[in-house]
Amino acid sequence: METASSPDGPLDPLVVAESWKASGRDVALATVVETWGSAPRPVGSHLVIDADGNFHGSVSGGCVEGAVVAEAVDVIGSGAPKMLEFGVADETAWRVGLSCGGRIKVYVERLG
Amino acid sequence: MDLKTLRELNAARAARRAAILLTDLADGSARVVHEGDEIGGELGVAIARAFRSGASGSVEADGKNWFLNAHLPPPRIVVIGAVHISQALAPMARIAGYDLEVIDPRTAFATAERFEGISLFADWPETVLKERPLDAYCALVAVTHDPKIDDFPLKVALDAGCFYVGALGSRKTHAKRVERLTVLGASEAQIARIAAPIGLDIGASSPAEIAVAVLAQIIGAFRSRGLAGKGGGA
Repeated sequence: METASSPDGPLDPLVVAESWKASGRDVALATVVETWGSAPRPVGSHLVIDADGNFHGSVSGGCVEGAVVAEAVDVIGSGAPKMLEFGVADETAWRVGLSCGGRIKVYVERLG
Repeated sequence: MDLKTLRELNAARAARRAAILLTDLADGSARVVHEGDEIGGELGVAIARAFRSGASGSVEADGKNWFLNAHLPPPRIVVIGAVHISQALAPMARIAGYDLEVIDPRTAFATAERFEGISLFADWPETVLKERPLDAYCALVAVTHDPKIDDFPLKVALDAGCFYVGALGSRKTHAKRVERLTVLGASEAQIARIAAPIGLDIGASSPAEIAVAVLAQIIGAFRSRGLAGKGGGA
């Protein structure tokens, strides 16, 4: 359910983030903070990323995760949070986008 | 957000306590707000709304851009009575996305064979609910027809503020139940919250149909908690 927030599952991104960070890995957290139109994942969804590009969770149906992971690795390096925005896929420009026609804003921060 | 804050958030979620992660989008600093914490101003209004609706979102308040990530516990249905209705209700609840567990001290009813893959406790509600307390994100469904088994969990559910409390039985049965719950100390307002006869009035007859009526009533109760609507359906 969209209101559900069960921390029971081993794949819960926030539980994964806590255990990665506690074991000494550098970790970034990406969060969907706004959506327009038909977006695949609701506001509040998380993707957790480490410095090597390993990740858990999702912020879209797999459309933009690659781009978010790349940006997250930068954020881990710099420490400065970033706001990313993704819109409809533009195939001619080879830009990363959402095939569903929605738009999303994703906030990426380093876990301190 | 730092690790200490993340730990605090995950601990609240694991304990089924509603929490909101409040992030200042300018610098990523964050803190956990627990339900009942006093927060004033525009931000306080937005936080109260997020606790009611469970909806996360961005807010501009007090000259800053905030992101509120609402973490409400997943709704859990606790069924008293390992009866025929419960056997039908269990798979339906799972499909609808609700956790469900069945409690019944009568070991002839509460068998793993009758409830394969379902969380089942063959013990008295008094014992089980001590270990697994009810909260505002639980629905209590009492369907044993036996006051010895049903009455205690009904009273506990009303005291815990469960978002739904339903009890099987005719109006006559319920009238007697009201008398007993009053003796147990339940107020008139509390008793008025009990859905009895249980389930939406769809003329349900078979156990499976009654399960549909009960689940629909639970969903209705969950979706109408508080004031804020959820907006367009997904």
